Amino acid sequence: MATLPDLDPGTLPPETAALRARVRGFLADEPFTPRCDCWLTGADPAFSRRLGEQGWLGMTLPARYGGHGRSPLERFVVIEELLAAGAPVGAHWISDRQVGPSILANGTEEQRQEFLPAIARGECFFAIGMSEPDSGSDLASVRTRAERVPGGWRLHGTKVWTSGAHLAHAILVLARSASAGDDRHAGLSQFIVPLPAEGVTVRPILAMTGGHHFNEVVFDGAFVPDAMVLGQIGDGWRQVTAELAYERSGPERLLSTFLLIRLLAERADEAGARNAVGGLLARLWALRQASLGVAGALAQGRTPDLPAALVKDLGTRFEREVVETVRRHTAVEPDPGSADPLARALAEAVAQTPGFTLRGGTNEILRGIVARGLGVR
Amino acid sequence: MSELLEETAHQIMAAPDPWPALEDAGLTLVGVPEEAGGSGGTLEDAAVLLRAAGYHGAPVPLAETGWLAGRLLAAAGLPVPSGPLTVAHGPSGGPLRRVPWGRAARCVVLADGSVAILDPAQVTEGANLAGEPRDDLVFDAAEAVAPCPVTPAELRRWGALARAVQLTGAMRRALELAVAYAGEREQFGRPIGRFQAVQHLLAEMAGEVVVADVAVRAAVRTPDDPVAVASAKANASRAAGEVAAIAHQVHGAIGVTAEHPLHRTTLRLWSWREEYGDEHAWAAELGALDGDPWELLTGTR
Repeated sequence: MATLPDLDPGTLPPETAALRARVRGFLADEPFTPRCDCWLTGADPAFSRRLGEQGWLGMTLPARYGGHGRSPLERFVVIEELLAAGAPVGAHWISDRQVGPSILANGTEEQRQEFLPAIARGECFFAIGMSEPDSGSDLASVRTRAERVPGGWRLHGTKVWTSGAHLAHAILVLARSASAGDDRHAGLSQFIVPLPAEGVTVRPILAMTGGHHFNEVVFDGAFVPDAMVLGQIGDGWRQVTAELAYERSGPERLLSTFLLIRLLAERADEAGARNAVGGLLARLWALRQASLGVAGALAQGRTPDLPAALVKDLGTRFEREVVETVRRHTAVEPDPGSADPLARALAEAVAQTPGFTLRGGTNEILRGIVARGLGVR
Repeated sequence: MSELLEETAHQIMAAPDPWPALEDAGLTLVGVPEEAGGSGGTLEDAAVLLRAAGYHGAPVPLAETGWLAGRLLAAAGLPVPSGPLTVAHGPSGGPLRRVPWGRAARCVVLADGSVAILDPAQVTEGANLAGEPRDDLVFDAAEAVAPCPVTPAELRRWGALARAVQLTGAMRRALELAVAYAGEREQFGRPIGRFQAVQHLLAEMAGEVVVADVAVRAAVRTPDDPVAVASAKANASRAAGEVAAIAHQVHGAIGVTAEHPLHRTTLRLWSWREEYGDEHAWAAELGALDGDPWELLTGTR
């Protein structure tokens, strides 16, 4: 029987305390309005540039590419502070979290020089074109096609739920460059398309409460020169899945509703509400240790895919538990237009909650990954 | 080192009565300083042993002897006697309620800022749900008394962390039993583990086990941090209920019988999640702390 590997706790190095204090000092002087799910819905390009000036974007990238040579655990401290504060980090989130590391790992020298310094300055935001109208959980079924032409490729197809494509300076597209054959994971490739581009149309997909975070991105023969292929043609599946542990286990899978805990604590004036805050803190403390453990394993060069999937499953369900706990202990109705921060945050959280357990791999897909790891699938 | 210790621990704990082998190997007082008569080693070493004891449901007062009584005596500067020990907090004469293994161990009593090693004059036997001795004790006189810097609240945290470690061992055992059973038991012509509904139960269980485990390991590294210990025990106690429920659901009716070994694990999960405070008690302690929740969580209060 396959068994679960133990996950060692991740220990933050002592020098991160000063870094954390600096981030808190910076945030105290920033005039943003805190919001739930800020890493999807709180886009502010100017704020992102100010973070870049502080050296808090592209932190783990090497200095020769404009990065800061910091450890993943130092980055963990910065991003958890930003998330807990509800800061507007949405514009750069994807470029900082996964596109930068992916270009570093798979890109050409020219691609690294072109994109990484700009990512670290907060001047180059990426979107990632993965899901399609007929390809959600079954990502390998993507039908966006890369057609070989002299000097490069032409892309044909439609991507959906593309977060931030309307703000992005480029999109990283997963497309089929060869028919699948026996191995459906073969024949996939990644392409970098600077935006706007001829043959690319970006249209909003409005969220149920009217917010514009998602887009449909249509590729109608857009040309990608060979120099903008990321990594190896045909190696797209491996390149995409290699990032998953980074994408799935970060503190953004626990903290999307943290603002509500803080607001509940501020007005918890009877024992029931205080106990409820304590219960949420206990759970979050444990989940944060797990997230830190995965970050520590990544920092040591391991790829803890299975624990990462577990953290996302439990973490995102915790984010929903926070909403329900706040509802139980306050008489506040969710109201996006309210002057009461709790009513506003509750409105943000309630409407965003369905997305928590969908994005980055649905929790059902994640449990399938875990079941395979346990040897029952 | 800790892998070797873990291997040894599992070999010993799997026996019906591991106590003599533990004493022979000098493993009953790991985590207690050598100068106090302990075996030395870190609290993390002691946790390796305790987790293995929890995994096997070993009928030994290991948490009580070293982790609790041994460290308490060491803190008070008293030599640690040989043999099984237990601890209690309360009035020096007693009665002391539900003392773990009270009938089978000398008792280190913390009362009014001092500790004493006592042999009970009167024992009223009791047990927890798993049948582990939880006895009421009455005492005549103290054998050794010394002032003790450890407060009752600290001793309760020590106990909570010990039970949390035992819970993580038992939860891992429950997961392994459930995964194995799902691979063996066939219905509708295939192992039940082939059904996605069962797979998702097992995955959920695995999540609880891994998160509880890493949190408790982290707390063992910072045992003096009240937020860490409270969170670790609250989460382990909460997870224990989920894990026990899923383990039984996967096992079906055979799991609730005396003949099947699952109950050795789940009865302990249900007992230990209550002892030294359940998830609600520790949540209340966390909720009563002053300060910003984020500063509490990150230890920057």
